[in-house]
Amino acid sequence: MAEQELPGLLIMDVGGTHGVQESLALLLKKHFCVITMKELLENKKEMGKKIQSIFVSECRPTIDEELLESLPNLKVIGNSGVGVDHLNLKMISNFGVKVTNTPHAVADSTADMGMALMLASARRLVEGSQIAVSPDTNYFAADWLGVEVTRATLGIIGMGRIGYKVAQRARAFEMKILYHNRNRRSKEEEQAVGACYSEMEDLLQQSDFVMLVVNLTPETEKLIGKKELGLMKPTATLINISRGAVIDQDALVEALQNKTIKAAALDVTYPEPLPRNHPLLKLNNVIITPHIGTATVQATHMKAEEAIANMLSVLKCHPVPSEVFPQ
Amino acid sequence: MEGQELPCVLIDCIGGKHGVYEDHAEFLKERFCLITMKEYLENKSFLGKKIRAIYMWYHKPVINEELLQSLPNLKIVASSGAGVDHLDLNLLSSYGVKVSNTPLTVSTDTADLGMALMLASSRRLVEGHQMAISPDTEYFPANWLGAEVSGATLGIVGMGIIGYKVAERAKAFEMKILYHNRKQRNKEEERAVGATYCEKIDDLLQQADFVMLAVKLTPQTHKLIGKRELQLMKPTAILINISRGLVVDQDALVEALQNKVIKAAALDVTYPEPLPRDHPLLKLKDVLITPHIGSATVKTRHLMKENMTESIQAGLAGLPIPNEVLL
Repeated sequence: MAEQELPGLLIMDVGGTHGVQESLALLLKKHFCVITMKELLENKKEMGKKIQSIFVSECRPTIDEELLESLPNLKVIGNSGVGVDHLNLKMISNFGVKVTNTPHAVADSTADMGMALMLASARRLVEGSQIAVSPDTNYFAADWLGVEVTRATLGIIGMGRIGYKVAQRARAFEMKILYHNRNRRSKEEEQAVGACYSEMEDLLQQSDFVMLVVNLTPETEKLIGKKELGLMKPTATLINISRGAVIDQDALVEALQNKTIKAAALDVTYPEPLPRNHPLLKLNNVIITPHIGTATVQATHMKAEEAIANMLSVLKCHPVPSEVFPQ
Repeated sequence: MEGQELPCVLIDCIGGKHGVYEDHAEFLKERFCLITMKEYLENKSFLGKKIRAIYMWYHKPVINEELLQSLPNLKIVASSGAGVDHLDLNLLSSYGVKVSNTPLTVSTDTADLGMALMLASSRRLVEGHQMAISPDTEYFPANWLGAEVSGATLGIVGMGIIGYKVAERAKAFEMKILYHNRKQRNKEEERAVGATYCEKIDDLLQQADFVMLAVKLTPQTHKLIGKRELQLMKPTAILINISRGLVVDQDALVEALQNKVIKAAALDVTYPEPLPRDHPLLKLKDVLITPHIGSATVKTRHLMKENMTESIQAGLAGLPIPNEVLL
């Protein structure tokens, strides 16, 4: 009897600059017949029919109408990662295709990244490391100081899964934690991390560190603009582990240049990477990391596993753990 | 009646590379008659008799037998920071001079920096920042990965005040915590942070993903981590040092990093500080060095100044001395 064929899965590539790692490809091949974009383009008609699912990682492959029209049997797009702002959910839904994401796999590593950025910025770690290795350094100055994280006030904007894990970590640093969210968390959840619900304005005015952990939606685009930056303390640091577009970047540049706020630490910008002449690259009170919030060996595997589980549940007509619906 | 003269306290200098901060000096001058080393040397016979305390900031002024012999009324040396490895405690004791330090004040900042170094090293933060701002960067490569801190195993060598605060913080990252110490902590203390005692340092070294050194420097801990210890560590492990440079055999560390015996090192302390500019540690890409900034925050330095002032005042009044260092 012929082997039951595994469902076809489209991926960008294996290896190379934008492909999935070999080890992930092997994992995918256990459950799917993996087809790369190159293979699809070389044989659109035959490959197109086989593809029932697409694994989207770091926003690739790009999902547009042309692609969807060439995949008549496509049932699900499994995104690796929690953010789906790069996907046109309405358009995809019109084709009768489901979209899933990986909210569980990203939580710990992204929360860790938020803490890493807050600590690095407060203690001037990047600057310090440059002094330590600079050929011009012949002593360490006694009055070269950073600011405390322990017992400072952290304002978390967006208290979803990731924001809550940030609060859990920050609590161990005896931080005073304020949070703002669409919905208030339960009393037990608040008490467990010592977090106080705040109106946005109060949070901005009282925080030493403001951390953005929302997802990007039409409501959160440019959530932090000139007004919000103006409400922050001049000694405050803005940390962004959500999406670049949540901040009005021009307003941020101005606020940093005029010392309206003290510093920024950004894992995300718009676009990524920034153009090489962008003012954010030149400010000495800015740390930028290349969107590495989930860039760990462990998280990458967990994302793939969560995406696989979600996609298989769609293909088997089982309940889908993490389906994302258009607004 | 004329006001009582303020007690005379010797300091190295005000301002400059290593001197007492200008704003701290103002505070001190309200309580003490400050005499700088320069003033003292210009008028040794007169001022020597008046000096009753030394305010030692950043290990200066250097205290040797010659100085002690010329300060017949010296009662107490207040040293900034937790470490006293730069003082000859036996010598001071033989002259009947008491010593104080500031172990508690520096503890949270130092623990915070330990966490900052662990996160920055594991997630390749400095490298990532350099990539994000480099003029040559055109895209962010896929599969550029670090390693997860959450859920990993942390081995704390030296579970004193600072080591324990590291454990409190690491617990919130759901890390598995092992510790090695001269004495085992009591059960409640262990349970509170979920730490497991390793009587033999070897057991800790073999299991830890991160090894953090938080011991004092003593003859027993000098070169505690040498070739043997580094080889016991996992090849994927990261060594973090927030204690003293001499706790690590630096030549053995260089060799271990070059041969990939361990994965990386993050050092707030080296020997000497700064390292000579041609030292191999400055060139290794898996090494993060910060310029001994464990307690370098504005708030903590103010608290240190206050603690040292209290210790001096108590010492001069013949009262029990807060933070006295006993032999």
